[in-house]
Amino acid sequence: MSAPVIELDDVSRRYDEGPPALDAVSLRIAAGESVAILGPSGSGKSTLLNLVAGLDRPSGGTVTVAGVRVDELGEAGSARYRRAKIGMVFQFFNLLDDLTVADNVMLPAQLAGMARGTARRRAMELLGTLGVDRHATAYPGRLSGGERQRVAVARALVNRPALLLADEPTGALDTASGEEVRHLFNDLHAEGQTIVLVTHDLNLARSCATRTVQLVDGRVAADSTVEPVR
Amino acid sequence: MSALGGVVRSGVGRRRVQTVVVGLVVMIAVTVAVLGGSLMVAARAPFDRAFSQQHGAHLTAQFDGARAMAAQLSASARVAGVAAAAGPFPTATITPASGRGGPVQPITVVGRAGPGGPVDAVTVTEGRWATGPGEIVLQADHRLPRRLQPQVGDALPLSGPAGGQTLTVVGVARSVSETAGGWVVPEQVAALTAPGATAGYQMLYRLAESDTAAQIESGRAAIEASVPAGALAGARSWLTTRTNSAGSVVLFVPFLIAFGVLGVLMAVLIIGNVIAGAVSTGTYRIGILKALGFTPQQVVRAYTAQALVPAAVGAVLGVVAGNLLVVPVLAQTNEVHGTTDTGVTPWVDLLVLAGALALVTATAWAAASRAGRLRTVEVLAVGRTPSPGRGQWAARLAARLPLPRAVTLGLAQPFARVLRSATVVAAIAFGAAAATFAVGLGVSLNAVQATESDGDVVIFPGRPISGPPPEGAPTVAPGPPQPPDPVAVVEAITAQPGTSGYRGVAPTELTTAGLTSALQTLAFTGDDSAHGYQMISGNWFSRPGEIVVSRPFLTATGTRVGDSLVLTDHGTPIDVRIVGEVFNVESRGMQVLTAAETLAATQPDLRALEYHITLTPGTDPVGYVKALNAALASVEATAEVAEEESDEILLVVNALTGLLTLLLVTVAALGVLNMVVLQTRERVHDLGVHKALGMTPRQTIGMVIASVVVTGLVGGAVGVPVGVIMQRVTVAEMGHAAGFNLPASVIDIYHPAELVLLALGGLLIAVLGALLPAGWAARTRTATALRTE
Ligand SMILES: Nc1ncnc2c1ncn2[C@@H]1O[C@H](COP(=O)(O)OP(=O)(O)O)[C@@H](O)[C@H]1O
Ligand SMILES: [Mg+2]
Repeated sequence: MSAPVIELDDVSRRYDEGPPALDAVSLRIAAGESVAILGPSGSGKSTLLNLVAGLDRPSGGTVTVAGVRVDELGEAGSARYRRAKIGMVFQFFNLLDDLTVADNVMLPAQLAGMARGTARRRAMELLGTLGVDRHATAYPGRLSGGERQRVAVARALVNRPALLLADEPTGALDTASGEEVRHLFNDLHAEGQTIVLVTHDLNLARSCATRTVQLVDGRVAADSTVEPVR
Repeated sequence: MSALGGVVRSGVGRRRVQTVVVGLVVMIAVTVAVLGGSLMVAARAPFDRAFSQQHGAHLTAQFDGARAMAAQLSASARVAGVAAAAGPFPTATITPASGRGGPVQPITVVGRAGPGGPVDAVTVTEGRWATGPGEIVLQADHRLPRRLQPQVGDALPLSGPAGGQTLTVVGVARSVSETAGGWVVPEQVAALTAPGATAGYQMLYRLAESDTAAQIESGRAAIEASVPAGALAGARSWLTTRTNSAGSVVLFVPFLIAFGVLGVLMAVLIIGNVIAGAVSTGTYRIGILKALGFTPQQVVRAYTAQALVPAAVGAVLGVVAGNLLVVPVLAQTNEVHGTTDTGVTPWVDLLVLAGALALVTATAWAAASRAGRLRTVEVLAVGRTPSPGRGQWAARLAARLPLPRAVTLGLAQPFARVLRSATVVAAIAFGAAAATFAVGLGVSLNAVQATESDGDVVIFPGRPISGPPPEGAPTVAPGPPQPPDPVAVVEAITAQPGTSGYRGVAPTELTTAGLTSALQTLAFTGDDSAHGYQMISGNWFSRPGEIVVSRPFLTATGTRVGDSLVLTDHGTPIDVRIVGEVFNVESRGMQVLTAAETLAATQPDLRALEYHITLTPGTDPVGYVKALNAALASVEATAEVAEEESDEILLVVNALTGLLTLLLVTVAALGVLNMVVLQTRERVHDLGVHKALGMTPRQTIGMVIASVVVTGLVGGAVGVPVGVIMQRVTVAEMGHAAGFNLPASVIDIYHPAELVLLALGGLLIAVLGALLPAGWAARTRTATALRTE
């Protein structure tokens, strides 16, 4: 097993009220792994993903990603870290409705300082790979759920991130669209992309995860390596 | 109602920024309105009250006794349009030989048997009315300090044609209409008239219509037509007297109105925007309120009340602030005019308060009415983020600009909300207009002062005083300065290298028929007498007997450039011709400018008191003065570098415009702040997405600031021309209020480069307003923002 890409050490996250969302979680994820985080609603899955993405800070413990102490980054530092290392996919797509599909995909590259033309070529290439290039000039509102999630994945990959984080990527999709996205993640994993996937969808977990982590009430209840069912 | 109260309270509490914005905007608008209203009332009220009590004369007419008989003048009282008349009263001009140290000026005395009558019932303030020969009642001159005014019991020796006689001051009276400098019994007038001359007559008229200069003029024309040709020597309108009595406060009125109108417009725009914004960000909440059983009226009322609560607080604070400002401003002008108004006018305060709240209610009601109309189902069905909607073209265009992406994202934002952006453009435009206007006003007023140029170097009479007076030396009041020897001075000036030109200035007093007070006259010698004066029409005098005057003189005497006129110098008439109108505010525009030779026959000993010298370009004034003083060593005269004196009223105007501009610019910036807060609140989810994709805080700030750039630029570009128009109209109006036509140097004062800078001021306002919320946007917690799904 290669050196861990993600290293969570004794990580807790407490909000003002209620029990801790995460309670002393330690977790190591190696490069090329595809990990599915499973667990009931409210068990702390999104919180864990946000901590890895540097969108939130732990109340205790350390989060290290690709050698970077994410929990110690400032606002600007974590933004730069996300640009360079992280691609994010959300349940409700979070596409910007007032930008075209291509502009959505180009945005992270442009924020990182890539020239418009270069960013555009890269975006078109990705949209082509994901089979949604014919919608490049459309606005996200016109696309089906499955198509929107493909665009979101393209946007997540535009900066060639070391790590792809996905929070219930099939949660808002019908069965057919869910199937499309499942294939997509499967392909990405096959290409060697490190993926951390939060899901309720056991099919998704089974088809593209090499490992499943079960969270219950903010604690790791089970952690098992599985052979993906092809 | 308690449910409604709860909604209002929570609305006020949750939208803290908007609440503060409404409160501040209303406060500032009310401050400006109270200040303007109170000063306007203070400028007019005392005069108007006294004028109506005394049945003041709308028209004070002076007739030539040689051309009309008393009976003919009495008949003029029956001319159509004359409501009441008094007179004819015989008149004469006397010159007191000395006063109580105050200036000695010729004064017009009127023979009147008593103070009362249907017109100009003068008030005897001290002593009694004249009852026999040798007695005089003097007009109270509140412009002079009391110790310099003649007192009851003083003897008043006369010089001039009535020289050798002495009158006793038996009373002091006040004629608001300023119909005379003094009153005697009618029989006394003949004794005061020069031998061989005929006494003049005064008639006082009240007119049926007297509100405008045109109405007064038509009354004057009707009276003139009813008497023999040439008999009406002069006539003065009460409007002129009123303007003079109000003094410089009247100058503030036009620009206070301009600022007041701007303030109110901006307040309406911004409050409308705040409430419309609260409705649009609160659609979901409104839907819930309605689903819970709120009627549309209750919803509208709840949103209106959310504006009214802070508005009421702001309005009360504004009234206090306005009054606090009125007091020092009036104190300044009181000092100049000897009045004692505090300026606090309760009915103005109440009126402004009520008006402000009514306006806020109407504006908020109009903006909130959309909330009442929203259909509950639609509201609850509204998605989180709007569909791309409007402004796509702008977004596509901006994306192509060779600028950082965060900036181009921001640039396109105003186009997504066209109506809101338009109101903010208007608010910024008003702010930029206010700044442009204030700058222009300041430059114009300074240009007015520049017309009082004394050249580069001035020669004063007397020796320079160096060091403190010797210890124990008696402090004798210095007598009036004696003019230096003109031949020696002129010789020194002309011999001095660096002299470009000079003028000698001899001040003196003349009178003319129809005007009750003396005319300050400057008699010039030298080759550069016109220096610094701005001609409005005609030419500078070029030979003896030609005079140059300004608009108030022409108005007061009913003359035009080209007309001939008789001036009286020490009882001797001098025929002169008006050859030019000049812009000259000295002596309230009643100064006569002429060549010294015009007075050669009547005042052969007249000498210049001061000399104004212009230097050839490149001459060092300090070195010049040093050399000239050496040359003047044997002459009772001292040269100094001319100093720009700064007028107190100008300081007040500059301070006031500066303050008002600051206030209006603040209001505009608050409008921007409100818009950016709304925009950030509406886009908080998108902001979260941006950050999740790697937008740094700095990029976020850049995006938010860029989102106001277009608004600011357009606002500035629209506002600056508006400000220029305001400056032109207001300055012209201020000129008219003071009775002047203004030269181009006072009106055309903007340079193109300045205008560009002022237009960029709109951008500055926008950026200032956006800075604070941009910081807030940069600090929003991404995870929290993304959770608002
Ligand atoms: N910003 C927040 N403020 C307060 N509580 C939060 C916040 N985010 C998450 N929580 C709480 O933390 C717990 C875990 O939430 P989350 O990680 O979103 O769960 P999951 O994604 O597994 O459904 C929940 O109880 C949730 O209510
Ligand atoms: Mg979740």
